[in-house]
Amino acid sequence: MKRCLNEMKLSFPARGENEAFARACVSAFIAQLDPYVSELAELKTAVSEAVTNSIVHGYRGRPGGVISMQVRLYSDRRVYIRIRDKGCGIADITQAMQPLFTTAPEEERAGLGFSVMESFTDSLRVKSSRGHGTSLVMEKTLRERSGDESVKDGISNKSGRKSGTGSPVR
Amino acid sequence: MPVTTSLDGAVLTARLSGDIDHFTAADMRSEIDRAVTMNPVSELVLDFSAVNFMDSSGIGLVMGRSKLMSELGGKCSVCDPPAYIVKVMKLSGIDKLCPILGEGGVRL
Ligand SMILES: Nc1ncnc2c1ncn2[C@@H]1O[C@H](COP(=O)(O)OP(=O)(O)O)[C@@H](O)[C@H]1O
Ligand SMILES: [Mg+2]
Repeated sequence: MKRCLNEMKLSFPARGENEAFARACVSAFIAQLDPYVSELAELKTAVSEAVTNSIVHGYRGRPGGVISMQVRLYSDRRVYIRIRDKGCGIADITQAMQPLFTTAPEEERAGLGFSVMESFTDSLRVKSSRGHGTSLVMEKTLRERSGDESVKDGISNKSGRKSGTGSPVR
Repeated sequence: MPVTTSLDGAVLTARLSGDIDHFTAADMRSEIDRAVTMNPVSELVLDFSAVNFMDSSGIGLVMGRSKLMSELGGKCSVCDPPAYIVKVMKLSGIDKLCPILGEGGVRL
């Protein structure tokens, strides 16, 4: 197990506005590992899916619920993200994770949230208990930044970064 | 404005901008549907060139509009999405229902 370089924890109410907030937070924190723009986009998308599920399904749109998020950065460039809610839980996880399965078709849910999380991360683990909530862990190891000595030890070096190599903007 | 629409004959272009997630998709959806149903539209072009983020809520948005257009006997396409959004869309197979067009109308 590699060394944990940094960690953050956050909790926020299950409001739609916080989908963008959660993405922005994760993005800003992960910037410390100097990810490629594509990796950042993939992780932001996976986080957005997880947080949206807690809001839409876990708490059924009730803004009183709380979502907690924990992010850890490891020395081997692994990013660990855990997102939890104390909502209704998932009755059948295997079924829920099937592509196109959704319990909310009337809201134009595509049933692809889990598929997106799975394809944009290296691993996805889901634990859920009916009536108690859902906890989800996603991990992704970022690619080594080649040709840029400053990132080899995992320390982002903004001044030393070459332009056009994909700085974590937005 | 997250959506601006313009009509050219029976072709309605809806230019989406910013982030598409579950929270922002609702307004985009009603804005596009309003323009589609208020005008005699046979073709809907969803211009994605100014979209900088999209999760599966965007897939739902495209699927829904594509369904609406086929109910009206018309067609629907997505144009100029950033590369990463093409990846999200292709994951869903939505490109089989609704063509994704790049620069010069080339199918992506
Ligand atoms: N946090 C959660 N709490 C309760 N149910 C959930 C949660 N996340 C996912 N689900 C269930 O899993 C299904 C599939 O989720 P997903 O693949 O993201 O598709 P969608 O959100 O489009 O329905 C949802 O429709 C819902 O029934
Ligand atoms: Mg979902």
